[in-house]
Amino acid sequence: MNPIIKIAKPLSLLAAASLLLTACGGNNTNNSAAAPSSAPPSGASASPSASAAAGGDSQEKVTIEYWQYEYPSKVALIDELIEQFEAQNPNIKVKQTNFPYDQYNEKVATLVPAGKGPDVINLYYGWLPKYVSSGFLQPLPESAFPANEIESKYYPLVDAAKIDGTYWAIPTAVRTLALFYNKDLFAKAKIAEPPTTWEELVEDSLKLTEKDSNDQFVVEGLAWEPGAQLHHWYRDGLLPQAGGQDLSDDRRKILWADTPAGLEAFQYLIDFAVKHKVGTTGVFTDDVTAFKTGHAAINIDGSFRLGSLKADAPDLNYGVAQLPSYKSKSAPSSFWANAIPAGVTGAKLDASIKFLQFLTSKEVQEQWVDKVGELPAQKEVATQDKYLNDEKLGPFIRQLDNSKAHFFIDETGERTLFVDATNEVLLNKVPVETAFKDLVAKTQKLYDDYWAKADKK
Amino acid sequence: MISNETRRRAEAGRKPLSFRLNYRSQRYLFIYLMLGIPLLYFLLTRLVPILYSFNISFREWDVLSPEKPFVGWANFSGLFKDEAFRKSLTNTFLYVAVGIPGQLAAGLAVALMLQNVKRLRGFFRTVYFIPYITSIVAVSWVFRWLLMPNGWINGQLLSLGLPAQPFLQSPDQAPFVVALSMIWQSVGFQMLIFLTGLEGIPKMYHEAAHIDGANAWRRFRHITVPLLNPIILFSAVIAGISYLQSFAHIVSMTQDGGPLNSTRTLVYHIYKLAFKSFDMGSASAATVVLFVLILAFTLLQLKILNRKIDY
Repeated sequence: MNPIIKIAKPLSLLAAASLLLTACGGNNTNNSAAAPSSAPPSGASASPSASAAAGGDSQEKVTIEYWQYEYPSKVALIDELIEQFEAQNPNIKVKQTNFPYDQYNEKVATLVPAGKGPDVINLYYGWLPKYVSSGFLQPLPESAFPANEIESKYYPLVDAAKIDGTYWAIPTAVRTLALFYNKDLFAKAKIAEPPTTWEELVEDSLKLTEKDSNDQFVVEGLAWEPGAQLHHWYRDGLLPQAGGQDLSDDRRKILWADTPAGLEAFQYLIDFAVKHKVGTTGVFTDDVTAFKTGHAAINIDGSFRLGSLKADAPDLNYGVAQLPSYKSKSAPSSFWANAIPAGVTGAKLDASIKFLQFLTSKEVQEQWVDKVGELPAQKEVATQDKYLNDEKLGPFIRQLDNSKAHFFIDETGERTLFVDATNEVLLNKVPVETAFKDLVAKTQKLYDDYWAKADKK
Repeated sequence: MISNETRRRAEAGRKPLSFRLNYRSQRYLFIYLMLGIPLLYFLLTRLVPILYSFNISFREWDVLSPEKPFVGWANFSGLFKDEAFRKSLTNTFLYVAVGIPGQLAAGLAVALMLQNVKRLRGFFRTVYFIPYITSIVAVSWVFRWLLMPNGWINGQLLSLGLPAQPFLQSPDQAPFVVALSMIWQSVGFQMLIFLTGLEGIPKMYHEAAHIDGANAWRRFRHITVPLLNPIILFSAVIAGISYLQSFAHIVSMTQDGGPLNSTRTLVYHIYKLAFKSFDMGSASAATVVLFVLILAFTLLQLKILNRKIDY
């Protein structure tokens, strides 16, 4: 026999073994996901009035399952909240299940159709249309969550959870984008106050930009990463500020190109990288890294970043300011909301409603700000002095009245289109008008396809 | 699971309706049963899902929706109308076309050099093999950091008086940068395979050719390459399949397969369709396309490269 064939055979075994090895070591997507952890109810701390409200002991015990993605501070707080809730409602047991963020949709997509779903689920608001059109959720019961009450008590951005005239989900907390600025770099450039208008933002970022002799960035005046938060800034910040409108009332038409404001705002955003050259993609790998390491003077980022800045860059001397305004004020916002899946009925439904009411109560919202750092979703909770006067939280909260949350039909799809349009201008030298027209047309196509499917059902 | 052979023997033994098999047959029965267990596992975890995905590819399959209507070839025609899918298909071919020759050539070159040294051979072999067993995510992030616009590599280019390059930020350069990093990571594996193959070539052929006056290049061309043919085939098939399935590098090194979809691969596109857009129908259709591609590719390679060698 051919001696080389003799060698090749055991070799193929070796190859298969090493392939397996890399499959295990290459990426870390196969770690165990479910980590249910429910604490035993501490009956001692229940006040008599609370347990009375929960109903008689004759009721049977109900166990409900709560799903949210794995975010350490949220998981820990929900564990605490479950303890409080179970003390108030001795007949209800809540079990928390978590999945890593990257795999959340994947797990939902595979486990829910298999009938292993939750009774209360935490979802990003941008995913709601997909979940609703797939028939996965049930509307919030009008008796427990009256629409007019939601509209009077909550910030208007919660409107994004209203689909086909009913609310499908309700948040505990919301987030807005604001302007993060590095105080040391501002002092170095002799700028006293953070910018408040479009013009000032351009002037300041020009002054703050620092390049070496080879024209390479040392400090970006404004971190420029359209795929991070800037695409949100365009839709819910720049566009309405310039006087444009995002979507038609029935959410079927993209109105960016219906007024000159759309192109003006797009041009303004593009100019930072193309004309002013105060920042561009990939510098220090991304905007957050650049800002954390003191290589970006300004970054547009969300309230959800406060925690990680505190943990990763405790010495960074930075401030937060409201987003610069133009013809009007407007800030992008977003939220994670809790919803009840369609299959939940009977005693489980009652228990789920109770848990949902608890999660949206004033006390829980306050605990949420303290422990997670997200902003209260209800006006009367958010506008308390202790929050408004907070140096970091205040600017975020003051923007909530003028905040908008774009109705996403496909968050990743819409983001990709936006990033592609900016890259066409930046890399392929396509005229801004052409790239913008193309962006509007392609986004409209995404909406047309979505609605065509939704109408069929 | 009893083979015909066993059955025939059992019947030939003229013991009708008896389960008492002779020792030999019992042994065979046991072996086949044991072999059947992994086969059953393979059928359940591999073959059934493959067949099932063929079924899904012909349906409008939104994971969360209870209705999954049959739509014929609509998913496939939808895919080929999708610019991003077509781009991911051509990118995948590009990775294969650049990656396989690059990987084989680099691996063979390293192996040939290592075969000619005696000292520190084990050391070099280990060093070249390390990238292969390093996590793709870690390697990708190191490359990303080195290659960023104001990164170390551009710093070196500028200090040499050369212009800075956009690398991963440019649709023209990014796919090649990604392909290069994939080649770099698998050189060690190819080196090991080739090294073993080279050891298997009898020395006397080289010596005889040397005496006949053949120079190094001719010896390589007419002795080493033909005798390495089975090894080259094996390496090319393994490399080809891994390039057709490239995913982790794209996720970690690029932003969403960008810029402008220039690095997006078929598998990455499948992932996006299935788990970001929940469109399992289209994702399965794309999987079927990938399945057909890999099958055709492997058959083609077997046909071209698997020639009989006699010596």
